[in-house]
Amino acid sequence: MTSLTNTLPVGAEAPGFAPAPSIVGGDVPDYFALLKPRVMVLVIFTALVGMVVSHGHVNPAVGAISLLMIAVGAGASGCLNMWWDADIDAVMTRTAKRPIPDGRIQPGEALAFGLTLSVGSVLILGLAANWLAAGLLAFTIVFYAVIYSMWLKRATPQNIVIGGAAGALPPVIGQAVVSGSVGIESMVLFLIIFIWTPPHFWALALVKAGEYAKAGIPMMPNVAGPQSTRRQIVYYTLALAPLGLAPVVLGFGGLIYAVVGLLGGLGMLAFSVQVFRHREGEAEKRSAMGMFAFSILYLFLLFSALLAEQGLGLFRPVMFV
Amino acid sequence: MKDPLPGYRPLTEEEERRRRKRSVAIALALGAMVLIFFVLTIAKLGPQVLNRPL
Repeated sequence: MTSLTNTLPVGAEAPGFAPAPSIVGGDVPDYFALLKPRVMVLVIFTALVGMVVSHGHVNPAVGAISLLMIAVGAGASGCLNMWWDADIDAVMTRTAKRPIPDGRIQPGEALAFGLTLSVGSVLILGLAANWLAAGLLAFTIVFYAVIYSMWLKRATPQNIVIGGAAGALPPVIGQAVVSGSVGIESMVLFLIIFIWTPPHFWALALVKAGEYAKAGIPMMPNVAGPQSTRRQIVYYTLALAPLGLAPVVLGFGGLIYAVVGLLGGLGMLAFSVQVFRHREGEAEKRSAMGMFAFSILYLFLLFSALLAEQGLGLFRPVMFV
Repeated sequence: MKDPLPGYRPLTEEEERRRRKRSVAIALALGAMVLIFFVLTIAKLGPQVLNRPL
Protein backbone atom coordinates (compact mmCIF):
# COMPACT_ATOMS: atom_id res chain seq x y z
CA MET A 1 0.00 0.00 0.00
CA THR A 2 1.23 3.47 -0.77
CA SER A 3 2.29 5.45 2.27
CA LEU A 4 0.62 8.79 2.92
CA THR A 5 3.40 10.08 5.16
CA ASN A 6 5.37 11.67 2.38
CA THR A 7 2.44 12.93 0.33
CA LEU A 8 0.08 15.81 0.50
CA PRO A 9 -3.48 16.13 -0.83
CA VAL A 10 -3.40 18.10 -4.04
CA GLY A 11 -4.78 21.56 -3.37
CA ALA A 12 -3.83 21.36 0.31
CA GLU A 13 -1.80 24.51 -0.07
CA ALA A 14 -4.66 26.23 1.64
CA PRO A 15 -4.80 29.90 0.87
CA GLY A 16 -3.60 32.16 3.62
CA PHE A 17 -4.44 35.81 3.57
CA ALA A 18 -1.70 36.50 1.05
CA PRO A 19 -1.04 34.68 -2.19
CA ALA A 20 -1.24 30.93 -1.64
CA PRO A 21 2.04 29.61 -0.26
CA SER A 22 4.03 27.09 -2.22
CA ILE A 23 5.14 25.25 0.91
CA VAL A 24 2.80 23.78 3.49
CA GLY A 25 3.99 23.78 7.08
CA GLY A 26 6.12 26.57 8.44
CA ASP A 27 9.78 26.50 9.26
CA VAL A 28 10.82 26.46 12.94
CA PRO A 29 11.66 30.21 13.00
CA ASP A 30 8.11 30.92 11.78
CA TYR A 31 6.68 29.26 14.88
CA PHE A 32 9.14 31.17 17.04
CA ALA A 33 8.04 34.42 15.37
CA LEU A 34 4.46 33.65 16.44
CA LEU A 35 5.59 34.05 20.05
CA LYS A 36 6.64 37.70 19.53
CA PRO A 37 10.19 37.12 20.86
CA ARG A 38 10.90 40.80 21.48
CA VAL A 39 7.86 41.05 23.74
CA MET A 40 9.02 37.86 25.49
CA VAL A 41 12.38 39.47 26.28
CA LEU A 42 10.61 42.48 27.81
CA VAL A 43 8.35 40.16 29.83
CA ILE A 44 11.33 38.15 31.16
CA PHE A 45 13.06 41.39 32.11
CA THR A 46 10.10 42.98 33.95
CA ALA A 47 9.15 39.70 35.65
CA LEU A 48 12.75 39.29 36.83
CA VAL A 49 12.65 42.79 38.34
CA GLY A 50 9.36 41.86 40.04
CA MET A 51 11.19 38.88 41.54
CA VAL A 52 14.23 40.79 42.81
CA VAL A 53 12.24 43.60 44.46
CA SER A 54 10.32 41.02 46.47
CA HIS A 55 13.11 40.37 48.97
CA GLY A 56 11.97 36.79 49.24
CA HIS A 57 13.92 33.66 48.48
CA VAL A 58 13.35 31.25 45.67
CA ASN A 59 15.40 28.25 44.59
CA PRO A 60 17.42 29.45 41.55
CA ALA A 61 16.25 26.50 39.44
CA VAL A 62 12.63 27.09 40.39
CA GLY A 63 13.07 30.82 39.68
CA ALA A 64 14.62 30.20 36.27
CA ILE A 65 11.93 27.69 35.26
CA SER A 66 9.23 30.08 36.49
CA LEU A 67 10.70 32.91 34.42
CA LEU A 68 10.79 30.63 31.39
CA MET A 69 7.14 29.70 31.90
CA ILE A 70 6.11 33.35 32.28
CA ALA A 71 7.90 34.04 28.98
CA VAL A 72 6.28 31.04 27.26
CA GLY A 73 2.86 32.11 28.55
CA ALA A 74 3.42 35.62 27.21
CA GLY A 75 4.55 34.15 23.90
CA ALA A 76 1.45 31.95 23.79
CA SER A 77 -0.79 34.97 24.25
CA GLY A 78 1.10 36.71 21.44
CA CYS A 79 0.54 33.65 19.25
CA LEU A 80 -3.21 33.66 20.00
CA ASN A 81 -3.24 37.40 19.24
CA MET A 82 -1.63 36.76 15.84
CA TRP A 83 -4.14 33.99 15.14
CA TRP A 84 -7.09 36.27 15.90
CA ASP A 85 -5.69 39.40 14.22
CA ALA A 86 -4.42 37.76 11.02
CA ASP A 87 -6.98 39.65 8.94
CA ILE A 88 -5.83 42.99 10.37
CA ASP A 89 -2.16 42.07 10.11
CA ALA A 90 -2.58 41.30 6.42
CA VAL A 91 -3.73 44.88 5.76
CA MET A 92 -0.96 46.71 7.64
CA THR A 93 2.49 46.87 6.08
CA ARG A 94 4.17 46.62 9.52
CA THR A 95 2.57 43.21 10.14
CA ALA A 96 1.79 41.82 6.67
CA LYS A 97 4.89 39.63 6.69
CA ARG A 98 3.93 37.83 9.90
CA PRO A 99 3.73 34.04 9.46
CA ILE A 100 -0.08 33.72 9.24
CA PRO A 101 -0.95 36.57 6.85
CA ASP A 102 2.09 35.65 4.76
CA GLY A 103 0.71 32.11 4.45
CA ARG A 104 3.70 30.36 6.04
CA ILE A 105 1.61 28.99 8.91
CA GLN A 106 -2.05 28.04 8.79
CA PRO A 107 -4.38 29.77 11.32
CA GLY A 108 -5.42 26.44 12.86
CA GLU A 109 -1.80 25.51 13.49
CA ALA A 110 -1.20 28.81 15.29
CA LEU A 111 -4.34 28.36 17.40
CA ALA A 112 -3.30 24.85 18.47
CA PHE A 113 0.27 26.02 19.13
CA GLY A 114 -0.91 28.98 21.24
CA LEU A 115 -3.43 26.98 23.26
CA THR A 116 -0.94 24.17 23.96
CA LEU A 117 1.72 26.58 25.17
CA SER A 118 -0.84 28.52 27.25
CA VAL A 119 -2.07 25.46 29.14
CA GLY A 120 1.44 24.00 29.46
CA SER A 121 3.04 27.19 30.78
CA VAL A 122 0.30 27.79 33.37
CA LEU A 123 0.39 24.20 34.65
CA ILE A 124 4.18 24.06 34.91
CA LEU A 125 4.32 27.47 36.62
CA GLY A 126 1.73 26.25 39.12
CA LEU A 127 3.78 23.12 39.84
CA ALA A 128 7.09 24.98 39.92
CA ALA A 129 6.13 28.06 41.95
CA ASN A 130 2.60 28.35 43.26
CA TRP A 131 -0.96 28.55 41.99
CA LEU A 132 -1.31 32.29 42.63
CA ALA A 133 1.46 32.95 40.10
CA ALA A 134 -0.08 30.41 37.72
CA GLY A 135 -3.52 32.01 38.11
CA LEU A 136 -2.06 35.45 37.38
CA LEU A 137 -0.33 34.09 34.27
CA ALA A 138 -3.58 32.48 33.10
CA PHE A 139 -5.40 35.78 33.72
CA THR A 140 -2.73 37.65 31.73
CA ILE A 141 -3.07 35.27 28.77
CA VAL A 142 -6.88 35.44 28.77
CA PHE A 143 -6.85 39.20 29.24
CA TYR A 144 -4.49 39.74 26.30
CA ALA A 145 -5.92 37.15 23.92
CA VAL A 146 -9.63 37.50 24.69
CA ILE A 147 -10.34 40.84 26.40
CA TYR A 148 -7.80 42.90 24.43
CA SER A 149 -7.43 41.10 21.08
CA MET A 150 -10.95 39.83 20.54
CA TRP A 151 -12.89 42.64 22.13
CA LEU A 152 -11.19 45.94 23.04
CA LYS A 153 -8.83 46.30 20.08
CA ARG A 154 -11.58 46.62 17.49
CA ALA A 155 -14.17 48.22 19.78
CA THR A 156 -12.76 51.28 21.53
CA PRO A 157 -9.95 53.85 21.32
CA GLN A 158 -9.24 52.97 24.95
CA ASN A 159 -8.05 49.55 23.67
CA ILE A 160 -4.40 49.92 24.59
CA VAL A 161 -5.20 51.79 27.82
CA ILE A 162 -7.17 48.88 29.29
CA GLY A 163 -5.28 46.22 27.36
CA GLY A 164 -2.04 47.62 28.77
CA ALA A 165 -2.87 45.80 32.00
CA ALA A 166 -1.79 42.53 30.36
CA GLY A 167 1.66 43.91 29.56
CA ALA A 168 1.96 45.37 33.07
CA LEU A 169 1.31 42.13 34.95
CA PRO A 170 4.65 40.26 34.58
CA PRO A 171 6.31 42.00 37.59
CA VAL A 172 3.27 41.04 39.67
CA ILE A 173 3.61 37.42 38.55
CA GLY A 174 7.34 37.62 39.35
CA GLN A 175 6.64 38.76 42.90
CA ALA A 176 3.99 36.06 43.30
CA VAL A 177 6.57 33.45 42.27
CA VAL A 178 9.01 34.56 44.97
CA SER A 179 6.75 35.52 47.86
CA GLY A 180 3.51 33.71 47.11
CA SER A 181 1.67 37.01 47.40
CA VAL A 182 1.27 40.34 45.66
CA GLY A 183 2.90 43.30 47.40
CA ILE A 184 3.08 47.06 47.03
CA GLU A 185 6.39 46.84 45.12
CA SER A 186 5.02 44.91 42.16
CA MET A 187 1.77 46.89 42.21
CA VAL A 188 3.78 50.08 41.77
CA LEU A 189 5.71 48.50 38.89
CA PHE A 190 2.37 47.41 37.41
CA LEU A 191 1.10 50.99 37.61
CA ILE A 192 4.26 52.41 36.02
CA ILE A 193 3.96 50.10 32.98
CA PHE A 194 0.19 50.63 32.85
CA ILE A 195 0.47 54.45 32.73
CA TRP A 196 3.52 54.24 30.42
CA THR A 197 1.66 52.20 27.79
CA PRO A 198 -0.74 54.84 26.33
CA PRO A 199 1.83 57.57 25.56
CA HIS A 200 4.19 54.89 24.22
CA PHE A 201 1.68 53.37 21.80
CA TRP A 202 -0.13 56.58 20.87
CA ALA A 203 3.18 58.11 19.76
CA LEU A 204 3.47 55.24 17.27
CA ALA A 205 -0.23 55.45 16.40
CA LEU A 206 0.17 59.13 15.46
CA VAL A 207 2.65 58.11 12.78
CA LYS A 208 0.80 54.96 11.71
CA ALA A 209 -2.72 56.46 11.84
CA GLY A 210 -3.27 55.77 8.13
CA GLU A 211 -2.36 52.12 8.55
CA TYR A 212 -4.68 51.67 11.52
CA ALA A 213 -7.49 53.43 9.62
CA LYS A 214 -6.96 51.07 6.67
CA ALA A 215 -7.26 48.11 9.03
CA GLY A 216 -10.32 49.62 10.74
CA ILE A 217 -8.77 49.72 14.22
CA PRO A 218 -10.16 52.57 16.34
CA MET A 219 -6.85 53.90 17.66
CA MET A 220 -7.02 57.20 19.50
CA PRO A 221 -5.67 59.39 16.64
CA ASN A 222 -8.27 57.93 14.27
CA VAL A 223 -11.20 58.41 16.65
CA ALA A 224 -10.43 61.47 18.77
CA GLY A 225 -8.04 63.07 16.28
CA PRO A 226 -4.30 63.73 16.46
CA GLN A 227 -4.64 66.89 18.51
CA SER A 228 -6.62 65.22 21.29
CA THR A 229 -4.15 62.31 21.22
CA ARG A 230 -1.19 64.65 21.62
CA ARG A 231 -2.92 66.31 24.58
CA GLN A 232 -3.59 62.93 26.20
CA ILE A 233 0.03 61.90 25.67
CA VAL A 234 1.07 64.96 27.68
CA TYR A 235 -1.50 64.19 30.44
CA TYR A 236 -0.37 60.59 30.78
CA THR A 237 3.29 61.65 30.81
CA LEU A 238 2.53 64.22 33.51
CA ALA A 239 1.16 61.34 35.59
CA LEU A 240 3.98 58.97 34.65
CA ALA A 241 6.96 61.17 35.54
CA PRO A 242 6.13 61.45 39.29
CA LEU A 243 4.77 57.90 39.41
CA GLY A 244 8.14 56.73 38.12
CA LEU A 245 9.65 58.03 41.35
CA ALA A 246 7.21 56.15 43.60
CA PRO A 247 9.72 53.32 44.26
CA VAL A 248 12.05 55.93 45.82
CA VAL A 249 9.29 57.22 48.09
CA LEU A 250 8.35 53.66 49.07
CA GLY A 251 11.97 52.83 49.83
CA PHE A 252 12.75 50.09 47.32
CA GLY A 253 14.28 52.46 44.77
CA GLY A 254 17.64 53.91 45.81
CA LEU A 255 19.96 56.65 44.65
CA ILE A 256 20.64 55.23 41.17
CA TYR A 257 16.95 54.69 40.59
CA ALA A 258 16.14 58.22 41.83
CA VAL A 259 18.57 59.81 39.35
CA VAL A 260 17.40 57.62 36.45
CA GLY A 261 13.73 58.17 37.34
CA LEU A 262 14.13 61.93 37.65
CA LEU A 263 16.14 62.46 34.46
CA GLY A 264 14.08 59.92 32.53
CA GLY A 265 10.83 61.48 33.67
CA LEU A 266 12.04 64.91 32.60
CA GLY A 267 13.10 63.44 29.26
CA MET A 268 9.66 61.88 28.77
CA LEU A 269 8.03 65.23 29.56
CA ALA A 270 10.31 67.02 27.09
CA PHE A 271 9.49 64.53 24.34
CA SER A 272 5.75 64.76 25.04
CA VAL A 273 5.93 68.54 24.73
CA GLN A 274 7.75 68.13 21.41
CA VAL A 275 4.98 65.80 20.23
CA PHE A 276 2.40 68.37 21.30
CA ARG A 277 4.17 71.25 19.55
CA HIS A 278 5.11 69.63 16.24
CA ARG A 279 1.86 68.98 14.43
CA GLU A 280 2.80 68.82 10.78
CA GLY A 281 5.20 67.32 8.31
CA GLU A 282 8.51 65.69 9.01
CA ALA A 283 8.86 67.36 12.44
CA GLU A 284 5.62 65.73 13.60
CA LYS A 285 6.81 62.30 12.54
CA ARG A 286 10.27 62.81 14.01
CA SER A 287 9.01 63.96 17.40
CA ALA A 288 6.44 61.12 17.63
CA MET A 289 9.00 58.45 16.75
CA GLY A 290 11.45 60.12 19.15
CA MET A 291 8.87 59.82 21.93
CA PHE A 292 8.19 56.20 20.99
CA ALA A 293 11.89 55.27 21.06
CA PHE A 294 12.69 57.24 24.22
CA SER A 295 9.75 55.71 26.08
CA ILE A 296 11.27 52.25 25.51
CA LEU A 297 14.63 53.46 26.78
CA TYR A 298 12.96 55.12 29.79
CA LEU A 299 11.19 51.96 30.92
CA PHE A 300 14.28 49.86 30.28
CA LEU A 301 16.45 52.20 32.37
CA LEU A 302 13.96 52.36 35.24
CA PHE A 303 13.80 48.58 35.51
CA SER A 304 17.55 48.20 34.95
CA ALA A 305 18.19 50.57 37.85
CA LEU A 306 15.99 48.46 40.12
CA LEU A 307 17.69 45.30 38.93
CA ALA A 308 21.13 46.79 39.60
CA GLU A 309 20.16 48.04 43.05
CA GLN A 310 18.20 45.05 44.30
CA GLY A 311 19.85 42.28 42.32
CA LEU A 312 23.49 43.40 42.34
CA GLY A 313 23.53 45.06 45.77
CA LEU A 314 24.04 48.61 44.51
CA PHE A 315 21.18 49.99 46.60
CA ARG A 316 21.99 53.24 48.41
CA PRO A 317 19.08 54.87 50.23
CA VAL A 318 18.02 58.37 49.24
CA MET A 319 18.64 60.46 52.33
CA PHE A 320 15.70 62.84 52.14
CA VAL A 321 13.10 60.06 52.13
CA MET B 1 9.67 6.32 -5.00
CA LYS B 2 6.17 4.82 -5.06
CA ASP B 3 3.46 6.70 -6.87
CA PRO B 4 1.27 8.66 -4.49
CA LEU B 5 -2.44 7.85 -4.15
CA PRO B 6 -4.80 9.63 -6.52
CA GLY B 7 -5.42 13.14 -5.28
CA TYR B 8 -2.08 13.24 -3.44
CA ARG B 9 1.32 14.55 -4.50
CA PRO B 10 4.75 13.79 -3.05
CA LEU B 11 6.29 16.32 -0.66
CA THR B 12 8.92 18.52 -2.19
CA GLU B 13 12.45 18.43 -0.83
CA GLU B 14 11.87 21.75 0.89
CA GLU B 15 8.70 20.46 2.55
CA GLU B 16 10.52 17.36 3.76
CA ARG B 17 13.37 19.50 5.12
CA ARG B 18 10.95 21.70 7.02
CA ARG B 19 9.09 18.71 8.42
CA ARG B 20 12.37 17.22 9.63
CA LYS B 21 13.29 20.49 11.33
CA ARG B 22 9.86 20.67 12.99
CA SER B 23 10.25 17.10 14.22
CA VAL B 24 13.66 17.88 15.71
CA ALA B 25 12.24 21.01 17.40
CA ILE B 26 9.37 18.98 18.91
CA ALA B 27 11.83 16.35 20.15
CA LEU B 28 14.00 19.04 21.75
CA ALA B 29 10.95 20.65 23.39
CA LEU B 30 9.87 17.29 24.82
CA GLY B 31 13.40 16.68 26.08
CA ALA B 32 13.44 20.12 27.70
CA MET B 33 10.14 19.35 29.40
CA VAL B 34 11.48 16.10 30.83
CA LEU B 35 14.52 17.99 32.12
CA ILE B 36 12.31 20.68 33.66
CA PHE B 37 10.24 18.10 35.54
CA PHE B 38 13.38 16.30 36.71
CA VAL B 39 15.02 19.51 37.97
CA LEU B 40 11.78 20.63 39.63
CA THR B 41 11.43 17.31 41.41
CA ILE B 42 14.96 17.51 42.78
CA ALA B 43 14.65 21.21 43.66
CA LYS B 44 11.34 20.88 45.47
CA LEU B 45 11.65 17.45 47.08
CA GLY B 46 15.42 17.31 47.54
CA PRO B 47 17.96 14.82 46.18
CA GLN B 48 16.87 12.30 48.81
CA VAL B 49 13.71 11.72 46.82
CA LEU B 50 15.70 9.22 44.79
CA ASN B 51 17.05 7.47 47.87
CA ARG B 52 14.24 5.25 49.10
CA PRO B 53 13.79 1.54 49.73
CA LEU B 54 12.27 -0.49 46.97
